[in-house]
Amino acid sequence: MALLAIKDLRARVEEKEILKGLSLTINPGEVHAIMGPNGAGKSTLSSVITGKPGYEITEGSVLFEGKDLAELAANERACEGIFLAFQYPVEIPGVNYTTFLKTAINAKRKYFGEEEIDAMEFLKLMKSKIKLLKIADDMMKRPVNVGFSGGEKKRADVLQMAMLDPKLMILDEMDSGLDIDALRIAADGVNTLRSPDKAILCITHYQRLLDYVVPDFVHVLAGGRIVKSGGKELALELEEKGYTEFENAAA
Amino acid sequence: MSTTEMPPFLDAALPVPVEETGWLADLRQAGLDIYKRKGLPTPKVEAWKYTNLGGLAKTEFKPAALDVTVAADKLPLAAALSLDALALVFVNGRFDPAVSDLGALPKGLRVESLSKVLQAEPALVEPLLGKLATREDLPLAALNTGLLTDGLFVRLAKGVTLDKALHVVSVASGGSSAAAFHPRNLIVLEEGAKATIVESHVGLPDFPTFENSVTEVTLGEGAELKHYRLLNGPDTSYHVGVTLADVAAKARYESFALAIGGALTRNEVRVVLSGEGAHGVVNGSYAVHGGQHVDNTVLVDHAVPRATSSQLFKGVLDGTGKAVFQGKVLVRRDAQETDAQQLHKALLLSRGAEVDTKPELEIYADDVKCSHGATVGEMDAEQLFYLMARGIDEETALALLVEAFVEDVVHEISDEVVREAFIRKVRDWQTGREKAVWSE
Repeated sequence: MALLAIKDLRARVEEKEILKGLSLTINPGEVHAIMGPNGAGKSTLSSVITGKPGYEITEGSVLFEGKDLAELAANERACEGIFLAFQYPVEIPGVNYTTFLKTAINAKRKYFGEEEIDAMEFLKLMKSKIKLLKIADDMMKRPVNVGFSGGEKKRADVLQMAMLDPKLMILDEMDSGLDIDALRIAADGVNTLRSPDKAILCITHYQRLLDYVVPDFVHVLAGGRIVKSGGKELALELEEKGYTEFENAAA
Repeated sequence: MSTTEMPPFLDAALPVPVEETGWLADLRQAGLDIYKRKGLPTPKVEAWKYTNLGGLAKTEFKPAALDVTVAADKLPLAAALSLDALALVFVNGRFDPAVSDLGALPKGLRVESLSKVLQAEPALVEPLLGKLATREDLPLAALNTGLLTDGLFVRLAKGVTLDKALHVVSVASGGSSAAAFHPRNLIVLEEGAKATIVESHVGLPDFPTFENSVTEVTLGEGAELKHYRLLNGPDTSYHVGVTLADVAAKARYESFALAIGGALTRNEVRVVLSGEGAHGVVNGSYAVHGGQHVDNTVLVDHAVPRATSSQLFKGVLDGTGKAVFQGKVLVRRDAQETDAQQLHKALLLSRGAEVDTKPELEIYADDVKCSHGATVGEMDAEQLFYLMARGIDEETALALLVEAFVEDVVHEISDEVVREAFIRKVRDWQTGREKAVWSE
């Protein structure tokens, strides 16, 4: 069964139709990149998959392991194994990072009817992932994302990804606000999490992220639909020629 | 009000347990005169514009009987702060030695019931009692003065530091009818003395109660008082309290009040910074739901140069809860190089809730640094989605965000042990709220 099956998806936000018949199938182990001009609907796609309030599916379907996502709340989708690495991770003053991580892990456990994580087990897990991703310990003592640099925010999101062990990792414009070194560190983190049973959906305007998180498939999203699909070479082609051709096609 | 009509709370014969000396009788009379002239404040009085005591005046409160006691196992201590501290219990404003736990008092500390001091050593309190509180613009404090019988008396000798906090638990209990009581507290820290005093105001939900308390605080040069209050009465309780502090040179007065219980709570704090280098912190936090009403009214008076002050209040409102914040900074003509800050932030969780904010700066000096700000906002949708996108259900996510909002100011409490106790209280409240409110 496909991990994610999107069929003829039409979706709108505030009465405006953004996705106009989008179809996409992602299987476990695959890395897909969605590229496209600004305003094509890239972020809308990630919002619709993850269940952000305000985004409404009007037609078509989004199935995750055969389950209709339209019937699940955002937190339920996350518990099922969908993870969104935010373009701009949100600062939450007053909520301690460690408390937040533990709450998230326990939420998932509760969803599956499991016991809460033992405090020692949690610390062990966190320490091992911090080491794996080369994250500074003191970040965990701070409020969520508050005072983090752009690179730290992305790395912190990758740490959450490592802790929550999702099946589908959606990277929304991961390169936003990052210099090349910060980008490499964040991408390296993502790569350490790759495995045959997990898939990645990489949403990006620029090709540079795909040098580090190398896709199996590249799709061009324009005018709310996928207008072209190919292998990783398509990304290089887009980098060279730009999106003009597709913008015209979509219009 | 017609001139023949008597304002409420004076209609019954009042017990006077101590033998009155001349000055005390005069003081009481001065208080009664003010109250009779001014009456119970109505919204027509500027300082009471947003807090209406009309409902209170309609209830027939009787003066709390002197003999009401609450058995140790019936005390609503779960509502109070849980603290390892020297504990004093007052029931309806009367000290109850049977359930208090003071142990051996540290040297230099006097802690007693005011009635005892009035009986045994009236000269000790004569120069202080009513010095700060007998004012035309505080009619309820004047009523308190008129009826004063008992309360807390604390005096800490020069240079003494109190290691353990002093915890005053004030229990309101109607006994057999709606009851009003008027505790009067006097706190004196001599030069360089340092103490933490915590008040927990709780009650039994048997009959409506009205606590009208007055606390006068005098800090000598270089003294430091950390003064924290928990206002957590049952839904049947009304609490109007005014705390007046006089802060001498280089002394530091730090106050924090958390209001989470009670039908109506007014926490009024007036701080006079009367010596150079004095520092006043007046902070607070509140959480209201249902039809609760919380009013925080603050006046910081910079009477001399080079004093500093800050006010930070944060509150959460749900249901048809109502909150009032009136914060005023007064900088007198000579108070050059004053540094004063004020901030109030409210988080609205429902459309039925209401916040009234009135920040005021009244500045007569020209070389000052003053700031004030006020915000009223709703839950941040982006933060909520971020938490939910990590698998956290909406209720838990909301609880985390509300707790974070409220705790932010609780973290400003500089006494670590007390801070932890308040954080536990916020979390208890939050747990109770999840059960009680979000299931509505």
